[in-house]
Amino acid sequence: MRDLATLDIWIVIIVLAVGSFGLRFVFLGLIGDRTMPAWVLRHLRYTAVAVLPALVAPIVVWPPGTGGMTDAARMTAACVTVLVGLITRNVLAAIIAGAAALYGMLYLLG
Amino acid sequence: MIPQTTKSTYWQGVRAGAPFVLVMVPFALLFGVVASEAGFSLVETLAFSTLVVAGAAQFTAVQLLSEHAPTAIVCVTALAVNLRMAMYSASLTPHLGRASLGQRALVAYLMVDQAYASAILAYERNPGWSLSQKLAFYFGAITPLMPPWLIFTVVGAVVGSAIPPEFALDFAVPITFLAMIAPMLRSVAHIVAALVAVAVSLGLAFIPYSIGVLIAGAVGMIAGAQVEVIMARRAEVRM
Repeated sequence: MRDLATLDIWIVIIVLAVGSFGLRFVFLGLIGDRTMPAWVLRHLRYTAVAVLPALVAPIVVWPPGTGGMTDAARMTAACVTVLVGLITRNVLAAIIAGAAALYGMLYLLG
Repeated sequence: MIPQTTKSTYWQGVRAGAPFVLVMVPFALLFGVVASEAGFSLVETLAFSTLVVAGAAQFTAVQLLSEHAPTAIVCVTALAVNLRMAMYSASLTPHLGRASLGQRALVAYLMVDQAYASAILAYERNPGWSLSQKLAFYFGAITPLMPPWLIFTVVGAVVGSAIPPEFALDFAVPITFLAMIAPMLRSVAHIVAALVAVAVSLGLAFIPYSIGVLIAGAVGMIAGAQVEVIMARRAEVRM
């Protein structure tokens, strides 16, 4: 089974390879020793912490895996992951706790 | 202080990077699994991990590709996830900006969250380090991370198709991302940025192809930056 076009996959790989390198190189390579405006740095600081939750939120509330139906097991797993992440500040511990919550709930709910 | 050799800072880097192998292995495995589930061949999966070297962006791209989003949207959204690399690049520039062009290009290619975080912490603790000592530390921190990233991407891709749908792997990526978000919530501004982004993203979920995600990310960034300005002003008033 294969429903993704090979060409699309390679376009994405090449664009992301070039684009990611560009983002990583832009300041280090082109700016060198010069400094950047404070407002640019201020916004860049919040990129990851804004984009990642924005990406995950709709998947948690309307998971594609259940055809978009809000699902108690996935919702619980998401909450447990965030909670354990906040308490332990440890990515791996949060992943393990979230996975355990997901499988535990899936098992309990049959 | 005893002057440190370049060789010793390399090994300090290796020791700083080593614990992250524990995160890297499951993350790489998961990417291999998710990519092969989405229909990527082994060569495509390995090429992705080798050329892009950015787990979060790769997961995003695979997720959107399997939702049949247009290629341009897939690329823009995945690169938006990687925008933080531009911030890392900016923050490493005062330390490594004087390295040769080839070295800077190599630093850029190998820039991952864990290497950046280890390096910037070490540079702040050791202001006396020379450029070559700083570079050695950086490449040291990367050394234990790259091989497992590539090897376990392949392992995941090979075993991935054998995993049945009851394992709910559709939710592996959200859990990984949620786990990465929590330690990033270092200040009120970070928390506001995340909450605003979530609210806008849910509100705009009716817009197709995750365009709402991009808007929500931008609004979240602006919210975080604004809160930072307000907090700084308040701190000034108090003094």
